[in-house]
Amino acid sequence: MHALRSFFARRIVIAIPYLWLAVFFLAPFLIVLKISFSATAIAMPPYTPVFDGLATLWERAKDLSFDNYVWLTEDALYIKAYLSSVKIALISTAITLLIGYPLALAMARAPDRIRPLLLMAIILPFWTSFLIRVYAWIGILKPEGLLNQLLLSLGVIDQPLTIINTDWAVYIGIVYSYLPFMVLPLYATLEKMDYRLIEAANDLGATPLGAFWKITVPLSVPGILAGSLLVFIPAVGEFVIPDLLGGSDTLMIGRTLWVEFFYNRDWPVASAVAIVLLLLLVVPIVIFQKMQQRASS
Amino acid sequence: MRRFTSFNLVALVFGLAFLYLPILILIIYSFNASRIVTVWGGFSTRWYVELMHNQSILDAAWVTLRVGLLSATLATFLGTLAGLALVRGGRFWGRTLFSGMVFAPLVMPEVITGLSLLLLFVAVNFDRGFWTVTIAHITFSMCFVAVVVQSRLLSFDRSLEEAALDLGATPVKTFFAVTLPLIAPAVVAGWMLAFSLSLDDLVIASFTTGPGATTLPMKIYSQVRRGVTPEINAVCTILVALVTLGVLTASILGKARAPARAP
Repeated sequence: MHALRSFFARRIVIAIPYLWLAVFFLAPFLIVLKISFSATAIAMPPYTPVFDGLATLWERAKDLSFDNYVWLTEDALYIKAYLSSVKIALISTAITLLIGYPLALAMARAPDRIRPLLLMAIILPFWTSFLIRVYAWIGILKPEGLLNQLLLSLGVIDQPLTIINTDWAVYIGIVYSYLPFMVLPLYATLEKMDYRLIEAANDLGATPLGAFWKITVPLSVPGILAGSLLVFIPAVGEFVIPDLLGGSDTLMIGRTLWVEFFYNRDWPVASAVAIVLLLLLVVPIVIFQKMQQRASS
Repeated sequence: MRRFTSFNLVALVFGLAFLYLPILILIIYSFNASRIVTVWGGFSTRWYVELMHNQSILDAAWVTLRVGLLSATLATFLGTLAGLALVRGGRFWGRTLFSGMVFAPLVMPEVITGLSLLLLFVAVNFDRGFWTVTIAHITFSMCFVAVVVQSRLLSFDRSLEEAALDLGATPVKTFFAVTLPLIAPAVVAGWMLAFSLSLDDLVIASFTTGPGATTLPMKIYSQVRRGVTPEINAVCTILVALVTLGVLTASILGKARAPARAP
């Protein structure tokens, strides 16, 4: 009797979230896939919205067209947007690592008493709205903004720098927004590190820098990988940051998809852009998982 | 003995300054009397007063709050079940698909999540508005809740549950008497995470919303596109203050409960 009841309970526990995700995550995803293969129809919605397409997807496979994908490869804009998204995400990730590493190291080496407080200080901005944090930088980076005023009054520059609406502003925005994602996994690995290894290296005559390169860095590789992935993946598909801080020539795929959808109203192409972007992101995730499996075995 | 060098101190000071200065500047300028954002015209609370009379911002705030409370609560329920299914579900049909569906939204770009949900709502002719935004928020934030609950479930001792079962408690009773109290901190943290994700979301809401359901981030975004305005500084300051209060309260509550936890 017990067994039976628990059997039903278990079934229900699994079924409820399973159904929800099947309806609101899997089904929409299949629709995107289907529409990306459909011809651009007219008006609103600009494709033929029929559910039978999902049920009889395979029978109708011959009707599918790769036109939208071919279109993506023919128009240089999309390829440029993909490449420049990856470039911007890579550069931003590298800068985030350079800033985040010393910070995480300092947190891990800080006295035990203040460490929880520092952790809190890193997490708190992450809870503050993303939009607000990006918006704060507009006021700082504008030609008449605070940064330029400061540098002008210090006499460092004699012309206001144009940072806003350039790729540099996008780097700053991404680094600022995703810094906690880099710092937390790095801190977790650095804090677990056995400090006696450093002492041993010092006793054996290593310079502090030598000990850092030979011991600290290799031991923190899992943290470096996890942090970099946590920054790189959302950065590739980023929309808000390039839209508010970038210029009209800042091409990023998330923004291209937005424009394709909201301004050009070309749903099939927007769907094809989405599918290609997903495929682009699957690669680093699979590599990361392989590395993790290797590390744990 | 760990050594905290002066280099570490410099890194810490610079890192924290980088994180906090932009937000501090925003807060300071929200009390600026001058309309021109980069000129200091003396201390004033006029923007807060104007904000209180700005009906469209107040409406957007009200929509955001309702969506946030509703979606966080339902996402916590669904996410907790999903976390339980992942850890305690044993083998079931389509398990790989299920865990894939739980983890995929975590790394899915928001533009894709938003686009795909909108296409679903259009396909089934669902009127877009408050409910579609709420459903979208439930869907992506339940996955975050599931991960938080899952990691908590993995870290505690199953023998406690087995003891309850051996002593004759029904599985359901065991869940409510043993399992739920043990995972409660993760469930609460999951709710807070879901709530803040909902408050913060611009992209998914923009795709899935309809007439009459403009959220605060959408409102802020459309204002910001037209240029920096002091009222937005004031809105942002209020939001930052609320979040800070919430996080501090949560951490104090967490500390107060900590000694009561079994080692």
